[in-house]
Amino acid sequence: MSTKPIDNETDNRGGDDGAQVVGHILQPGVDLSHKVILYLEEISVSFDGFKALNNLSLTIDAGELRCIIGPNGAGKTTMMDVITGKTRPDAGTCFFGQTLDLTRMTEPEIAHAGIGRKFQKPTIFENHTVFENLELAMKTDKRAWTSLFAWLSQEGRDRIADTLKQIRLDREADRLAGLLSHGQKQWLEIGMLLMQEPQLLLLDEPVAGMTDDETERTGELFKSLAGKHSLVVVEHDMAFIEQLGGKVTVLHEGSVLAEGNLATVQADPRVIEVYLGR
Amino acid sequence: MRTPFTLRFLAAMPRSGWIAMGCFAVVTLLLMPALHLFVPESSPFHMSNYAITLGGKIMCYAIVAVAMDLVWGYAGILSLGHGVFFALGGYAFGMYLMREIGTDGSYHSHLPDFMVFLDWKELPWYWAGSDSFVWALILVLAVPAVVAYVFGYFAFRSRIKGVYFSIITQALTFAAMLLFFRNETGFGGNNGFTDFKRILGHDITSPEMRATLFALSALVLMLTLLAGRYLAMSKFGRVLAAIRDAESRVMFIGYNPLHYKLFIWTVSAMLCGIAGALYVPQVGIINPGEMSPANSIEIAIWVAVGGRGTLIGPVIGAGLVNAFKSFFTVAFPEYWLFFLGALFVGVTLWLPEGVVGLWKRIRARVAA
Repeated sequence: MSTKPIDNETDNRGGDDGAQVVGHILQPGVDLSHKVILYLEEISVSFDGFKALNNLSLTIDAGELRCIIGPNGAGKTTMMDVITGKTRPDAGTCFFGQTLDLTRMTEPEIAHAGIGRKFQKPTIFENHTVFENLELAMKTDKRAWTSLFAWLSQEGRDRIADTLKQIRLDREADRLAGLLSHGQKQWLEIGMLLMQEPQLLLLDEPVAGMTDDETERTGELFKSLAGKHSLVVVEHDMAFIEQLGGKVTVLHEGSVLAEGNLATVQADPRVIEVYLGR
Repeated sequence: MRTPFTLRFLAAMPRSGWIAMGCFAVVTLLLMPALHLFVPESSPFHMSNYAITLGGKIMCYAIVAVAMDLVWGYAGILSLGHGVFFALGGYAFGMYLMREIGTDGSYHSHLPDFMVFLDWKELPWYWAGSDSFVWALILVLAVPAVVAYVFGYFAFRSRIKGVYFSIITQALTFAAMLLFFRNETGFGGNNGFTDFKRILGHDITSPEMRATLFALSALVLMLTLLAGRYLAMSKFGRVLAAIRDAESRVMFIGYNPLHYKLFIWTVSAMLCGIAGALYVPQVGIINPGEMSPANSIEIAIWVAVGGRGTLIGPVIGAGLVNAFKSFFTVAFPEYWLFFLGALFVGVTLWLPEGVVGLWKRIRARVAA
C-alpha cells in the first residue's frame, strides 16, 4: 500500500531539493496524500496465548474525530500500545500516513512523527510544576545535547500561557502537578498533548473522573481540535460520545464488531448482545 | 531574546549559594593551604599533614558523592558500582605515578617494581605513553568514560532499571576487582600501586605538593557542584527528573531516555575518575580493594545520608559518614560495617531525604 505513487497534484514538495524525478522521495513527516492518517491492517497481538487483538483492521481519516467503545478487555488500550510503539504486533501492519511504518519505530520517534497519547490513568510529572509539565511537552528539538543549553523563548512562554488558559490551569502554573485534582490532572495531560502539536491524538478515557461540567468543556475542546488534528477517543461515557458526534467503532475481543454513527451502532443487535449479554 | 550563557549560569544559583561557595573557596584554596605551609608546626593553628590529607581525601569522596547523586538523585539510577570508575581514574593516574618513580624503586629498574618481581622484561602495550602526564590526564577521563558508555549503552538500551541495574553494577565492580587482583592483568595485582615519589618531578610528600593537591581537590569539588547545579537547573535536568518519575510518559512526548541517561551516566563516571586521580597521590596507594562491592555501596550510603536530589546533601553525607568512619574504625574497628548498615537502614526508614531533609523540616517547624 505504501508503494502507490502520490498523485502529482498533492505532491508539490519533491522539487525543493532539485530532485524532480519520477516517483517520490520519502518526505519527513506524515504523508497525508490519500487523506488517511492511520492504517491498521490485520493486527494481531497475543499475550501468553490470550489474543488481545485479533486481525484488527481500522483506518482513521485525516481530521476525523473517532470514538472507540467496547467492553473491558476488547483491546482498546492494546490498540493504542501498538500505535505508539509500546507493544509490537505479532502480525499485521500499522502505518501513519502513507509512509511511516509504526511497527518499526521507537516510542520517541513515533511521538516526533506526530502522534500524541493520553493515558487512561493520568500520567503527568508530579514533581514538576504545571508550567514545567507543559514546557517539557512542548514541540521542540528534544535531543539530549540541545536540552543542555535550551532556554525557553518568549514565544514558548506565550504558547505555554495560551495552553494554560485553554486548559484553565493558568492560576495553578507554579503548583506541583502532583497536587492537582484528578480532573485537573486529566486536563493537564490534555494540555501536554496540545503542546506537542501532534497530528493524531490518542485519548484513553479522557473524561474519567471529571465533573459533568468539565466533561462538557472537554468535548467542546476536542470538537474544536478535529479538522486540524485527527482524534481517536476511547471512552465509556455514552453521553460524551454523543456530544462528540463522530463515527463510532465498537471493538470486541480484539477486532472491529461494528462501525457507524452512534445511533446505528447502538441499534446493532450484535453490539447490544456484547454489552448486555454478560 | 537569548540571555548570554554566563548570565544564565549566574542565575542558576541564589546569591546565598554564591556567597557560601565564595567562603568555601577562600577557606580551602587560601586559608588552609596557608595554615599548612606558612604556620610553624609548633603553632596550634598549623594544619598537619594528617589533617590536610584527610581533608583532601574527604573532598575526593565528596566529588564521587555528587557524581553519584547526579545519576541516583536526579535520574533515579541507583548505581552500586561507582567505585569502579573512581578506581579506574586512580589506576590511570597511578600508572603515571609508577613511571615517575623512574629507577628509584627497590630494583632500580626502569620498570615498576611489581613487573620486575614478575620477571617481565618490558612494559605491556597498554602502558605505552604512561610516562606522559598529559596522557595520564586523558586516560583519567577516557577510561571511566568508555567503560561507562559501553556498559550504559547496553544496559539502558535493554531498558534495565531499578534493582536489576543496581545488581548488574555490583557485578561490574566485582568483576573488575577480580580482574585487577590478577598479577597477569599488569596493574600490580593485590598490592596495586604504591611507593610513589614524584609528580612532574616534584616530591609527592612535600608540603607544597600536599597543599596543591588539597586545593585542587577543593577546586574540582566546587566545579563539580557548579556543573551539577547547572545541569539540575537546565531543561536537561528537568527531563532527567521526569525520566526518574515517569519514564514512559517522557518517551511518549518524544524524548529518548537512552541518550539522557547515557550522558549523565558517562559524565558521572568521568567525575569519579577525576576524584580517583586526585585521591591516589594524596593517600599514596591504589589497589583493587577500591573496587570491592562494599566500597560502592558506601558511596550510595553517603548520598542517602546527606540527601538525594540535592547537591549539598551528598557533600555533607560524604563528610559525615567519613568522620564517623575515622572515629569508629579506631574506637570499635570490628563494628564499623554493622554501624554503616544500621545507618543506611535508619536513614531509609526515618530520613528519606537525608540530613538536608531533616534540616528543611526543622526550619519549617521553627518558621511555623
